[in-house]
Amino acid sequence: MRMNGGQALIKSLELEGTEIIFGYPGGAILPVYDPIIDSGIRHILARHEQGAGHMAEGYAHATGRPGVFMVTSGPAATNAVTPLADAYLDSVPMVCITGQVGLAAIGTDAFQEVDTTGITRSITKHNILVTRAEDIPRALKEAFYIATTGRPGPVLVDIPKNIVDATNPDAYFEFEYPDSVDLPGYKPDVPVDEAAVAAAITLMLAAERPVLYVGGGVLKSRGADILRTLAEIVQMPVVTTLMARGAFPDSHELNLGMPGMHGNYTAISALQKADLLVAMGSRFDDRVTGKVGAFAPDAKIIHVDIDPAEHGKVRRPDVPIVGDCRVVMENMVIQLNAVGGADAFGDRSAWRQQLSGWQEKFPLTYEPSAPGELLKPQFVMEKLRDGCPSDTIVASGVGREGESPSQYWKFDHPYTWINSGGLGTMGFSIPAAIGAKAAFPDRMVWAVDGDGCFQMTAQELVTASVNKIPVKIALLNNAYLGMVRQWQEMFYENRYSEVYLSHDMPDYVKWAESMGCAAFRVEDSDEVEAVIAKANAINDRPVVVEFRCHSEEKVFPMVAAGASNDDVIVDPSQAALLQSERLHQAGSQKETLR
Amino acid sequence: MTRPGDLAHHTLAVLVENRAGVLARVADLFARRGYNIVSLAVAPTSDERFSRITIVVDVESSPLEQIVKQLFKLINVVEIVELAPSESVERELIIATVSAPKSIRSQVVELVNIFEGKILAVSSEQMTVSLDGSPRKIDDFEALMVDYGIVEVQRSGRIALPKIGQIAPRLSAVEA
Repeated sequence: MRMNGGQALIKSLELEGTEIIFGYPGGAILPVYDPIIDSGIRHILARHEQGAGHMAEGYAHATGRPGVFMVTSGPAATNAVTPLADAYLDSVPMVCITGQVGLAAIGTDAFQEVDTTGITRSITKHNILVTRAEDIPRALKEAFYIATTGRPGPVLVDIPKNIVDATNPDAYFEFEYPDSVDLPGYKPDVPVDEAAVAAAITLMLAAERPVLYVGGGVLKSRGADILRTLAEIVQMPVVTTLMARGAFPDSHELNLGMPGMHGNYTAISALQKADLLVAMGSRFDDRVTGKVGAFAPDAKIIHVDIDPAEHGKVRRPDVPIVGDCRVVMENMVIQLNAVGGADAFGDRSAWRQQLSGWQEKFPLTYEPSAPGELLKPQFVMEKLRDGCPSDTIVASGVGREGESPSQYWKFDHPYTWINSGGLGTMGFSIPAAIGAKAAFPDRMVWAVDGDGCFQMTAQELVTASVNKIPVKIALLNNAYLGMVRQWQEMFYENRYSEVYLSHDMPDYVKWAESMGCAAFRVEDSDEVEAVIAKANAINDRPVVVEFRCHSEEKVFPMVAAGASNDDVIVDPSQAALLQSERLHQAGSQKETLR
Repeated sequence: MTRPGDLAHHTLAVLVENRAGVLARVADLFARRGYNIVSLAVAPTSDERFSRITIVVDVESSPLEQIVKQLFKLINVVEIVELAPSESVERELIIATVSAPKSIRSQVVELVNIFEGKILAVSSEQMTVSLDGSPRKIDDFEALMVDYGIVEVQRSGRIALPKIGQIAPRLSAVEA
């Protein structure tokens, strides 16, 4: 069928199964927006290109399918940079279409011209500048293939205006969609090295203090079910990183929760004291390892990752296994069953007892608010968790409010947790929640945001209202950039530099109402539960609940940047107990040395 | 200071798809990950779909294994071969303008002849000479020319082929 480049682009998206384009039109991309009118694809008009990008990410996190976003050239492309970098660091499958000035104008510093492929080269898995209309189908085929195979990631396709222009005779060609790609340098399918799996099993059988260190790769491979089977056979305690919350049920007795800078004491210490780590789709991120040289000093490492460059990038594995986590775990289960399954494993009760002892001594804790005091964010999260269905999707902001939900939510379903773990993008949660809700209109979707984050992308609530995407926002307003304030308190001698935002300016309730949302303000602990119930009963528009929170509340536990995980700082109420525990441990180590 | 001919360096012949921006992708990768390029040479191959980039890398800045694995992550990188100096023939080209007034001109000419180089241009005070050869030979030649006063010098990137009968190891992201 003969068509122009713009029509071909939309047709290609249709053939790739695109349901929703999140986007924002403009000069250079105009010719591609025209055929959208005739397409069955839903377009959601964001209020800022960054918002469109995070929406596409939220959609991809929740569905596992590639998020698609489309913007024009120049400033729109630079606004797309943040979500692209975010998706790159968190391995989110995305296809971004950017308009570009016509080929003849490229390189002339034309109006709204930037070197989009140059700018995004190091923050995309791949990018393509298409120069001929007839190359558009191939470019789109490659983009979707590269974005979704191997280690997923964002792919950008830059489209000069003249090749999609309906008035340009050279933009017309006979449309044919390729059924395969020709990429001689890209071979994402790696067969599982069964000998390496066998070597891994030998280490697992010998380990006395093993931990399954589960990362986002397990969710990317849609491997949550087989992970549970594997963990139950090998009876290994599991930690789930910030990117992997929900990959293993929090309610499962083997789950120790989240390790890392703001993980819980037991999960952090389990990694430190382990004699074997089975790293499954995790990348030894600095927020998990703390000081690398002091991380898990006694542990042998089995590292399963689809990206071979992760093996040895931070920590050299004893057994590296390249492959999709789900496929590798399936192979592990087959081989484990062949050697006797769960019965093959010896008694690890001493290790389990040590872990449950820590869990008892050092649970997550906080001081409840005194009467008349503002709310504690932890308390709000507990009430929100208890007031929502267990399959609620939660998108989080970054900083103080990024940590609360990952600590206090109870994740019992995979693909319900959406966050910006790698890039740490403030303002991520509202648009990401909108993307997830657009994908699953019947599911409850909450974004948990701080006041700093909220002010970065709140305008997307207009998008949500206009497009009838009733997300709910828990705005934990503590009048500060809470996490920065915490660092200034702990590491800069209480010198608070440029972190005060104010509880009252802006008036969040009025602002939310002006954007078409229902809005509530809560200051009293006694009201929290009732307002959450009220918010959950509203389904015809977005809801913003402003929880007035205590400004000085900090996030514990905490491993200071660059410090060893051994020096984790716990809640002040547990500090004395931890001190005596450390003295006791040092004493028993001396005993052993003698 | 390490010299381009330093044996501690590694030479990678990277076969890439002939697509727009591919050299920038490779160069960006080195810059972004903090790897040092000692020299770089790019040319088409006999198959017009591909070009070969010969990169001499400084492995003291980061381990070769990571460099190779990161290169393989570039979609347009097809094949990487390591050309070990002992199993390869390597060539570089140097062009140098040296100070060569009448009084010492014959000494410069003599040196150029010993190295089997060429004299490209002569003026009353200066002389432009060229030499192709192994990186070591070029290093030695350049060092000797310094004594006469180098006005300007330009060296090419290194190119290399496996010695006849040798098969250079094809690297893999998985086993590297």
